[in-house]
Amino acid sequence: MVRYILKRFFMMILTIWIIATLTFVLMNAIPGSPFNEERTSNEAVQENLERHFNLDEPPIVQYFIYLKSIATLDFGPSIKKPNSTVNDLLGRGFPISAELGIIAILVALLSGIVLGVLAALRHNGIIDYLAMTIAVLGISIPNFVLATLLIQQLAVNGGFFPVATWQSPMHMVLPTLALATGPMAIIARLTRSSMLEVLTQDYIKMARAKGLAPYKVVIKHALKNALMPVVTILGTLLAGILTGTFVIEKIFAIPGMGKYFVESINQRDYPVIMGTTVFYSAFLVFALFLVDIAYGLLDPRIKLHKEEGN
Amino acid sequence: MKSQTTQSHDHIDSNSKEIPLDWFKPLEGANDSANTVVRPSLSYWKDAWIRLRSNYIAMGGLIFLILLGIMAIIGPYLTPYTVDGTILADQNQPPSSTYWFGTDNLGRDVFTRTWYGARISLFVGIMAALIDFTVGVIYGGISGYKGGRTDNLMMRIVEILYGLPYLLVVILLLVVLGPSLSTIILALTVTGWVGMARIVRGQVLQIKNYEYVHASKSFGAKTSRIIRKNLLPNTMGPIIVQMTLTVPTAIFAEAFLSFLGLGVQFPVASWGVMANDALTTILSGHWWRLFFPAFFISATMFAFNVLGDGLQDALDPKLRR
Repeated sequence: MVRYILKRFFMMILTIWIIATLTFVLMNAIPGSPFNEERTSNEAVQENLERHFNLDEPPIVQYFIYLKSIATLDFGPSIKKPNSTVNDLLGRGFPISAELGIIAILVALLSGIVLGVLAALRHNGIIDYLAMTIAVLGISIPNFVLATLLIQQLAVNGGFFPVATWQSPMHMVLPTLALATGPMAIIARLTRSSMLEVLTQDYIKMARAKGLAPYKVVIKHALKNALMPVVTILGTLLAGILTGTFVIEKIFAIPGMGKYFVESINQRDYPVIMGTTVFYSAFLVFALFLVDIAYGLLDPRIKLHKEEGN
Repeated sequence: MKSQTTQSHDHIDSNSKEIPLDWFKPLEGANDSANTVVRPSLSYWKDAWIRLRSNYIAMGGLIFLILLGIMAIIGPYLTPYTVDGTILADQNQPPSSTYWFGTDNLGRDVFTRTWYGARISLFVGIMAALIDFTVGVIYGGISGYKGGRTDNLMMRIVEILYGLPYLLVVILLLVVLGPSLSTIILALTVTGWVGMARIVRGQVLQIKNYEYVHASKSFGAKTSRIIRKNLLPNTMGPIIVQMTLTVPTAIFAEAFLSFLGLGVQFPVASWGVMANDALTTILSGHWWRLFFPAFFISATMFAFNVLGDGLQDALDPKLRR
């Protein structure tokens, strides 16, 4: 177990390093200095700016400065927002994005599991078809399309919810719904198919035969085992939710990290792009690491090293 | 009694030449009609097709996609308008007999642009699937077939690539390469092939130990022949399903990137670009500008998803009823 965790930990650090290096190489591959378009600056200003951002150093030195900045979690100043550092933006945006993300993933998990279990219990019944239609629709409608439709129908035409921003619980409903629907659909499908498989097992028949209440059979015996596949895709879902926040925050004008990231892309604010990319990636890779460990702990059948197949 | 049979059995085994022919008698009624094959024999693909045909939802998806493909080819020619031709007198016109899907804020015909967008989306989706297929099959095939240390090393690399956040890498690449149709496809496939490689590798690892592969090998078949004739045809089912499900992922990614401003650039129209342009119209009530691209993105993804699900059921012989 400890060996496995250490191995996974090493892989995690390696992955983060690769992402960081990739980011650095790619950003340096862009021709020209980020300040070339600034028309007002004369040569002295240009030089000062370059010194300020360490751009006058040779690339290899810049690379080590950069690696050090990542290791110390200090991503440096923003180019386009002179008064804030990347850390300021992360500090301001991340709590809001995290709030949105956590609510969305909880909603997705809860409703997805309920939908999947109901569908499996009423296999080939109306509820099953209904749930699976919702699920395929949820997978097929892109989150940004759903978001705009929700605003148009429920906020502008219906007036039930505020159109945008992130202030009261009422403001949170539409963004959460838009963000959670896709993952919910995936969870529902997965829960359904794995529940269907588990429900045919002998120990379920046994539990029923000994006269256990139906809900106890479902929750204690079936669901507990059926949820294992859901645990394995939590990492992927988290990645989906995280990238989903980019567009959702843009549409709803939520001042989260995703909005800053999109802004930095459109303004070509390279330090912010690099900082957020590395931060996002490290966050995701760490989440995947935790999911893997959790999976090993939850399922006694896993010997904690994957060999054949997946 | 038991020992006796064993004895005679041994006897026959050691002197097999001496079995008298009159020991063998035809079974009564052996040539009855019950033994003749009445139905035509079915190949794997015919069988899969029959099962797919009876799945109405998947067939609906297939028919929708065929129609979409036809419209993507001929659609833009059905109107007198061009994809970026602006008619300043007719801005934000609702759908009518002149403009079937209305016009946008620059007076561009939404009908023409929608089918043009279908071209982009289908092209991106299919190209991404084909490239993933090529790279994934070669990589996964080598890894699974070679096995051992090669496999271990190749899978380590895949593991690392798999751990990279897909859309973040794509965004990063597009920021650097600059958004265009070819860079989008390139960015989508740089890490996109990994899923296919894992599937192919898993299948090959399993199939390469089957008897017919050993038989083929013992007849002196070359590696390339074994891969082409024995391994690939038998991994085709999961590969096709994976390809069908790659297409909607790529279509989504293209629309998503266009929506972030990293998609195909003016004057080319894609559904993501159209939806992004129409975002400002939520408040103005020009619903058609958002509705058509939104509907076609969703319907296309839906069609590919149900077709993929249907194929998954149809191509898996174990699910045969």
